[in-house]
Amino acid sequence: MSQAVPTSPPKLRPNESFLGQALRRFRRHKLAQAGLVVLILLALMAIFAPALTPYTFDGQDPALLGQPTPPSLKHPMGTDQLGRDNATRILYGARVSLLVGLSSALVATLLGTLIGALSGFYGGWIDTALMRFTDMVLSIPVLPLVIALSGFLRPSLGLLVLIIGGLGWMSTARLVRSQFLSLRSREYVEASRALGGSNARIMFRHILPNALGPIVVSTTLAVGGAILLESALSFFGLGVQPPTPTWGNLLNGSSDWLETAPWLAAFPGLFILITVLSVNFLGDGLRDALDPRL
Amino acid sequence: MNFPLYLARRILSSIPLLLGVSILLYGVLHLAPGGPLDVYADNPSVSPEALKNLERELGLDQPVPVQYLRWLGALLRGEWGYSIRSGRPVGLDISERIGPTLILGGSAFTLALLVALPLGILSALRRYSALDYSFTFLSFLGISMPIFWLALMLQALFAVRLHLLPSAGLETIGDGSFLDRLRHLILPACILAVANIASWGRFVRSSMLDVLGLDYIRTARAKGLSERVVVYRHALRNALVPVITIIALDFAGILSGAVVTETIFAWPGMGRLFIEAMNGRDYPVLMALLMIGSLALIATNVLTDLVYSLVDPRIRYE
Repeated sequence: MSQAVPTSPPKLRPNESFLGQALRRFRRHKLAQAGLVVLILLALMAIFAPALTPYTFDGQDPALLGQPTPPSLKHPMGTDQLGRDNATRILYGARVSLLVGLSSALVATLLGTLIGALSGFYGGWIDTALMRFTDMVLSIPVLPLVIALSGFLRPSLGLLVLIIGGLGWMSTARLVRSQFLSLRSREYVEASRALGGSNARIMFRHILPNALGPIVVSTTLAVGGAILLESALSFFGLGVQPPTPTWGNLLNGSSDWLETAPWLAAFPGLFILITVLSVNFLGDGLRDALDPRL
Repeated sequence: MNFPLYLARRILSSIPLLLGVSILLYGVLHLAPGGPLDVYADNPSVSPEALKNLERELGLDQPVPVQYLRWLGALLRGEWGYSIRSGRPVGLDISERIGPTLILGGSAFTLALLVALPLGILSALRRYSALDYSFTFLSFLGISMPIFWLALMLQALFAVRLHLLPSAGLETIGDGSFLDRLRHLILPACILAVANIASWGRFVRSSMLDVLGLDYIRTARAKGLSERVVVYRHALRNALVPVITIIALDFAGILSGAVVTETIFAWPGMGRLFIEAMNGRDYPVLMALLMIGSLALIATNVLTDLVYSLVDPRIRYE
């Protein structure tokens, strides 16, 4: 697919480094920069959550027990039925949601890169075996399987990351394989081999850095997918369990109050939407910047 | 090599693929700790002996590979086994649920196509226009949308606040007229359509742009053909080929979308059956649903190859 946000065709400028070019292309993509700023702000908010709010995520105000209260000056996003400050819970929820999203995408990328690199570099039966396996996992309806596994295992945070990442590496594997296939016969690979470079050295020191652009792009987009998946699982009560707040399980708790307190459901979802939207814009900008073949 | 031979080879090669998928799924589901009889474990009226008997009757005392071979053997004779929860044949359980899912999925996909196709084409024709930019932004919004949240919000607005539409279910009990069913269908179908509109629209747009840049389009214009004919007769037909693949694969993946949407809207289809089976550890039903989902994906892949070769004479199969 070609780039999603239209940009004018690049002019040729000689004597510019790859990174310089990438940076210039990225700076043209205003939405990607906006996305990056929003993500940095969100990350800072998540990291400094305790300093940003006078409440704790499970601290209850006995005076507000029983009914959710609407947004007010003291509680800008209201409180839930247990008298807990909603804004604080969303702030702390950002920690888990962002962490799970990032680490799942990293797990998927590491797995996919390893499988794709071995497959593309060695070819032959290794390639055949690994790609058949990839085809197999690609033929499974992944979302139902992830839901079933989470339902069975009631996973901890780490296991949840492994489940989401472990079923999301296939497109990266195919991407990295095709990169390795096209790069493995380049002259610098021959040169390294002639100098006695080991296979591992050629794969990870010479070929991988040249394939990094598309990998970075696909990792970025995978973060968005992982955040959506985690929030869907937690929304169904299958992901991260309360009292640890995540955006998904905050939504789960709020669906009973749609009639009387719709703001409880509105805010966590808005945060998910804004985060994933920013990730996708950033990914699109990175694609324009790092993947110039399009 | 001629086409029927290619097709035969593709179909033959899907058999080991399906076999592999079945081993993977069976292993992953059954090796997770716990089992379908856990619900009785804390029930004092079910004695341990009765539990043992039940276990033996259901074959759950056997090692997982033996259970798998038995399941596979039955499947090859056309038997999906019996649901652990209802005791009925799995095929019967599923056949009751397939209709609602197809109705929901079918209307959602029709709706998505009716919106995505014109939007994608217009966007491509007026590249860099205000319409193009707004469509691109909206499609990003659609792709980034947590659809379960959108479902909640629309329920809150249209069902709870405005009382315009029913919030869940297939029909009002005691009503069930066509109009009543249609009103129940609107919200879930729209929700299921949102993500598809966004991704298909973007795909139509980029596919149109690819084709519009080709030489034969310039030739068509140079011949003096009207823009209408160039766009709809010459460009669109070729641009739609890759789009069909995506749409077909998305339709084959309908189970994934159905699981979320049907659960939120209490829609009695295959997706909700999946969740019910998951909660009851109903392995035969889970396996059947997942295998049907995989079969649909694999078959669609073969089918779209076939369609490609029929519409695009440049493609040769070796």
